[in-house]
Amino acid sequence: MKQFLVFIRKEFFHVFRDRRTLLIMFGLPLVQIVLFGYALTSEVKNITLTVIDNSRDENSRQLVNKIRSSSYFVVDESSIDYNDVLAAFRKGSAKCALIFPAGFGNDLLHQGKAQIQILTDGSDPNTAKTVVNYISSITTAYQHEISRQRPLKYLIIPEPRMLYNEEGNGSLNFIPGVMALVLMIVCTALTSVSVVREKETGTMEILLVSPFKPLLVLIAKAVPYLILSLLNIIMILLLAVFVLNVTIKGSIILLFLESMLFIITCLSFGLMISNTTNSQQTALLLSMMGLMIPTMIFTGFMFPLENMPKIFQLISNLVPSRWYFLIIKAVMLKGLGFKYIWKETLVLLAMTLILLTIALKKFKTRLS
Amino acid sequence: MTDKVISCRELTKRFGDFYAVDKITFDVSKGEIFGFLGANGAGKTTAMRILCGLSFPTSGQATVAGYDVYTQQESIKKNIGYMSQKFSLYENLTVEENITFFGGVYGVPAATIKERSRQLISNLGLTNEAKKLVAGLPLGWKQKLAFSVAIFHEPKIVFLDEPTGGVDPVTRRQFWDMIYEAAANGITVFVTTHYMDEAEYCNRVTIMVDGKVEALDTPGNLKQQFNASSMDEVFYQLARRATRSAD
Repeated sequence: MKQFLVFIRKEFFHVFRDRRTLLIMFGLPLVQIVLFGYALTSEVKNITLTVIDNSRDENSRQLVNKIRSSSYFVVDESSIDYNDVLAAFRKGSAKCALIFPAGFGNDLLHQGKAQIQILTDGSDPNTAKTVVNYISSITTAYQHEISRQRPLKYLIIPEPRMLYNEEGNGSLNFIPGVMALVLMIVCTALTSVSVVREKETGTMEILLVSPFKPLLVLIAKAVPYLILSLLNIIMILLLAVFVLNVTIKGSIILLFLESMLFIITCLSFGLMISNTTNSQQTALLLSMMGLMIPTMIFTGFMFPLENMPKIFQLISNLVPSRWYFLIIKAVMLKGLGFKYIWKETLVLLAMTLILLTIALKKFKTRLS
Repeated sequence: MTDKVISCRELTKRFGDFYAVDKITFDVSKGEIFGFLGANGAGKTTAMRILCGLSFPTSGQATVAGYDVYTQQESIKKNIGYMSQKFSLYENLTVEENITFFGGVYGVPAATIKERSRQLISNLGLTNEAKKLVAGLPLGWKQKLAFSVAIFHEPKIVFLDEPTGGVDPVTRRQFWDMIYEAAANGITVFVTTHYMDEAEYCNRVTIMVDGKVEALDTPGNLKQQFNASSMDEVFYQLARRATRSAD
C-alpha cells in the first residue's frame, strides 16, 4: 500500500509539472463552456431585418413597430425596392427581409386576409428557420391583437413552450454534452498518453522489473486522472451554475456517482489504447481523432441522433458518452432519480467491464 | 552452491522455430562482475529478461539469487536491480524525488530512504542539484545517478543493459569505478556492453553467438585461447561465425 501511495504521488508530480496536460485538463472545459455558452447559441439576436413597406398604412406600421420592439431584430428601412434587397443578399449584407405588398392594411381589414413576404438566406438554414419562426410568431400575435377588436374572428394561436427549459436557456443542453466530451478526452487521452510515455522513455521496463505489480502500475496511473476529473466536474458544474445560470434539479450525489462510473469507463478505454500502442503520438491520435469526433457526433448534444440514418443510430449505441449524456440530462435537467436511469447505468457498467477486460488481457500478453 | 548467485542449466527460449536462447549454461558467483557480450540479435536481451523475471524460459533451469525463474519471479524482482540502455529515471522529477520514488517502489523504509539518499547525493556531488529536475543534468551524471538508484535498495544482483551507451570516456571510467565499488560491497554485477575495452574490466566474460554461449572465461584466458591481443579481436573472431543477422 505504501508503494502504491509513493507511485500515486509520483503521478501527481508528472501531472503538475506538465503544463500542457494541465492546460488541456482545465483549459479545455473552460474554453468549451465559454464558447458553447456565448458564441454557439442557436438563438438569433440583434439580426438586421430589411423592411420594404409598399403599403405604408397603419397596420404595416404597427407590425413593423412590434418587430422592432422585440429584441431579436434591428429594423433597416433604407432599401427601396426588391432589387435592392436581392443585391444586399448577394453581398451578404442582409440575411432576412420582410416585404409588405401595396394595400396590405386594406386587404387585412376588408378581406380579412393579407400577405407578407419573408425572405431569408437559405445558405444559413439554422438562422433562416429561426428568423421565419420569430417573424411568424410576432405576426400571429399581432393578428390576435387586432382580431380581438372584432369579435367574429377566431384564431388558434400556437404557443410554443419548451419543457425543462422554459426560458430557452441554450446552456442546458450543452453542459451535459461538454461534461461528456471533456471527461472522454481528459480521461482517455491523458491516461493513454501517460502510460505510453513511460514505455517510450524506458521507465516502464524499470517498473516491470521492480517488485511493483504490473496491474498496480496501471491502476496507479489512472488514480490521479480520476481525482482530477472529479475536480473537473466540480469546476464545470460551478461554471454552469454561476456563470450560465443553470439549475441542477436532481441529486448531486447521483450525478457524481454516475460521473465516476463514466470516468472509469473512459479510463479503461485509455488503458486499452495505451496497451495497443507504443508511441505517444499514436496514442494521442487514436484517442483524439478516434474518439473526439465520434463523441461530438454520436453523443447527441450537437446533432440529434433521431435524425440520423439507422446505421449511425446503431453505431451511436457503442459510444459511451451517449449513455452518460442521457443520464446526466435526466438527473441534472429533469431531476429524475436512479430508477429512470438504471438501464443506461447498466450499459455503461457493461462497457466498462468489457473494456477493462480487454485492456488487462492485452497488458498480460505483452508481458509474456 | 551458496556462492552461485545466478545459475543457468541449458536455459532455452524458443519463439516458434526460432531459438532466441539455445541451451545456455553458466554460473555467476557473488560479487563477480560478469560481462555478457554478443552482437545485436545474439539473444542477450532475451536471456536477461528471463533472469530478471520478465519472461519465462521454454526449457532448462535457472535460479537467480536462489529463486527459481519459473515459480519465484516476484522474489527475484525484490532481490535485483536493473538499469537499461535507455535512460531510466523520470526527467520531470527532481533528483531527490527519483530516489525517493524508486526506493519506495522497492519497499525501502522512509527513514532509510532519507538517510541513504542524503549520503548518495553528497557522494555523487549533486548536493546543489538535489532539488533540480533530472532533465537538466548532463547525460553522464544521469547515468551515474541511474546506477546509484538501481542499487539503492541494496540488491544481490544488478543487471546493467548497455549502461554506458553514448557516455564520454571519462564518465565511462568513473562509471566503472562505481561498478567496482558495488562489486566490492558484495553486489553481483551482470553487464552487457558493446565496448570491448569495458569487457576487459569484467572478471569473467561470456560471448553469445546465435543464441549459444560460445566462450566463457576471464578476458585474459580468452585472449590466450583465441590467440588475440585484445577482446576486440576475440569478439570479431566469434561474431564472424554468426549465421543469424541482427534484428
